[in-house]
Amino acid sequence: MKINVEKNAAAFIHMDDVHQPTHDKNLWNARMKRDRMAASIPEWEQMRDLASQIKEHALTHLDQYVKQFVTAATKRGTVVHFAKTAEDHNRIIYEILKSHNATKIVKSKSMLQEECEMAPYLESRGIELIETDLGERIQQLSGEMPSHIVMPAIHKTTDDVAELFARTIGTDPNNKDPQELTEAMRNNARPKFLEAHAGLTGANFAVAETGAFVVCTNEGNADLTAAIPPLHIASIGIEKILPKTEDLGLFIRLLSRSALGTPATQYTSHFMGPREKGAELHIVLTDNGRSERLGKAEFWYSLKCIRCGACMNTCPVYRRSSGIAYGATYSGPIGIIIDPTFDDKKYSELPFHSSLCGSCTEVCPVHINIAEQITLWRQHMVRIKESKPCLHYAFNVAGKLFGSPKWFRRAEKLGYYGLKLAPDWLVYNKTLNAWGKNRQMPAIQKETFRDWYIKNRVK
Amino acid sequence: MSDLHQLLGNIRKHLPKEKIAYPQVPTFTKIKDKAVLKQQFIDALALVGGVCHDLSDIAECQQIMRDKLGGAAVICSATAEWEGNKTIADVAHPRDLDDVDLGIIRAEFGVAEMGMVWLTENSLKINSLGFLSQHLAVLLDPDTITENMHTAYRQIDFNASEYGCFVMGPSATADIGATLVRGAQGPRSLTLFFLKTPVPDQ
Repeated sequence: MKINVEKNAAAFIHMDDVHQPTHDKNLWNARMKRDRMAASIPEWEQMRDLASQIKEHALTHLDQYVKQFVTAATKRGTVVHFAKTAEDHNRIIYEILKSHNATKIVKSKSMLQEECEMAPYLESRGIELIETDLGERIQQLSGEMPSHIVMPAIHKTTDDVAELFARTIGTDPNNKDPQELTEAMRNNARPKFLEAHAGLTGANFAVAETGAFVVCTNEGNADLTAAIPPLHIASIGIEKILPKTEDLGLFIRLLSRSALGTPATQYTSHFMGPREKGAELHIVLTDNGRSERLGKAEFWYSLKCIRCGACMNTCPVYRRSSGIAYGATYSGPIGIIIDPTFDDKKYSELPFHSSLCGSCTEVCPVHINIAEQITLWRQHMVRIKESKPCLHYAFNVAGKLFGSPKWFRRAEKLGYYGLKLAPDWLVYNKTLNAWGKNRQMPAIQKETFRDWYIKNRVK
Repeated sequence: MSDLHQLLGNIRKHLPKEKIAYPQVPTFTKIKDKAVLKQQFIDALALVGGVCHDLSDIAECQQIMRDKLGGAAVICSATAEWEGNKTIADVAHPRDLDDVDLGIIRAEFGVAEMGMVWLTENSLKINSLGFLSQHLAVLLDPDTITENMHTAYRQIDFNASEYGCFVMGPSATADIGATLVRGAQGPRSLTLFFLKTPVPDQ
């Protein structure tokens, strides 16, 4: 099923007059905090350059670093499994759980596990799975995908959460205090940590040199997940590998400042091997299309992504549409350039859901040329005939017009008189002018720039 | 191992032709003075909700925590200096620390840039102490404060522990209505005491 991002976005915008403005405001706040953080560090731009280069180095030598990582991790007593596809990933995790009779598990946030749709896979096989990140738990209880990489429930208001918690965990529906709602979930989740047979996490970074991996959280939920049950399984995408421990210095300094405008996450946790005698640590090193993406000359740069979400916070289109509109694991600008690598039919409309303002490229901590890649994906969709026929037709006409100065000038005049004379029902016709649905057409000046220039400048 | 070979084969088949060189990364150090680093640490920790006290002995630290958490019934310490009333050596399972009101830990070093402390199973004894405790008191020798994340990572020995965590203040979330709440799943507060590492008795 093709994702109709435009329709989904309209549903969010027209829901009421609270959700969209609140969403916009909260994300823009994160962007402003990010800017203040960036400005307070003199070497910020140099750090972005270096981080980008390290990621490109690691990805262009990925075979070496994967091998080194696996050797180092294995030496520490970690069991490393290899998953080529999402199905492999889910099956491997299920088999590990089954062989340990683990039916109750807690998990911290992992975009890779979301990407593999692991939760429904395990749940359908009798595993009781609890998301422990508050935002992810909210999404789990409402049966939705995360709408943002680091703020999974940012599209929901406090009232929404109060209503959800009242319905699902029995809080007082009139209690709309974020502090008390958080407390209610803390108390609800705690026994689950204590009883869990296994803990699942993702990883923000993995280090080839030591075989260690790093998980960043603000809640400490990944540490609880890993510190209590005897079995810890981490899902790691192959693109997460960095060559050296000291590389982490750069990435930790950049990550949360870019994401939320905080200096770092409250917890930056490093796992080198099994916690103690009798405890087990497993890694499921997952490809799921990443190596193929590495072979796409134009598109492999998206593998540099460190999942900070800065491109989402800054994107004017994302801030209006919400992440749910994208109908995919990854939303916002980074989603637009990642999702079609999994399915270019289902996600064919995403590249057109952008103003191409380029703000995403400006804030990306690892210099991914996101805006440029969005245009390249548009070209791809036109080539494979997955762009909307009306767009196809309109751009064909526009191309001819812009290609001929004579016809362009005629069209300008025609536009002026046309808009002036046409009645509103025609100008704001929903079929002819979808753009005018939520917008006022600008007043067109009679004198074009060219007319003005000839009159005033050409002597 | 055949799965690894298959994965590596797939990667090699798709590796970009152009190889990017590994860059030299400086440590971006600027500050030499220890007092300045200490002040930077205090300011950074305050920003993320932690509180620092500069004291001369453990009795003063204990008094501060008594004043702060009068009702703290279960105190569990992973340090030799501060005795609690729940002995960590007798704890059989990580989950048994669930009742701890106040956990006491001596950090291995601090990072001025972030107000972070480095903890491993060597300092935590049982890792869950750092996360199940309702409140934490952390002891830190101010002489161990390093300037930033670059200098921090250069001094960690990753062979010395199986787990290590940079802890920056108490647990936090802003997942409901983008409102900051301290005490999400982990500790609700973190109080840091600057206290020199005691010289062990010979």
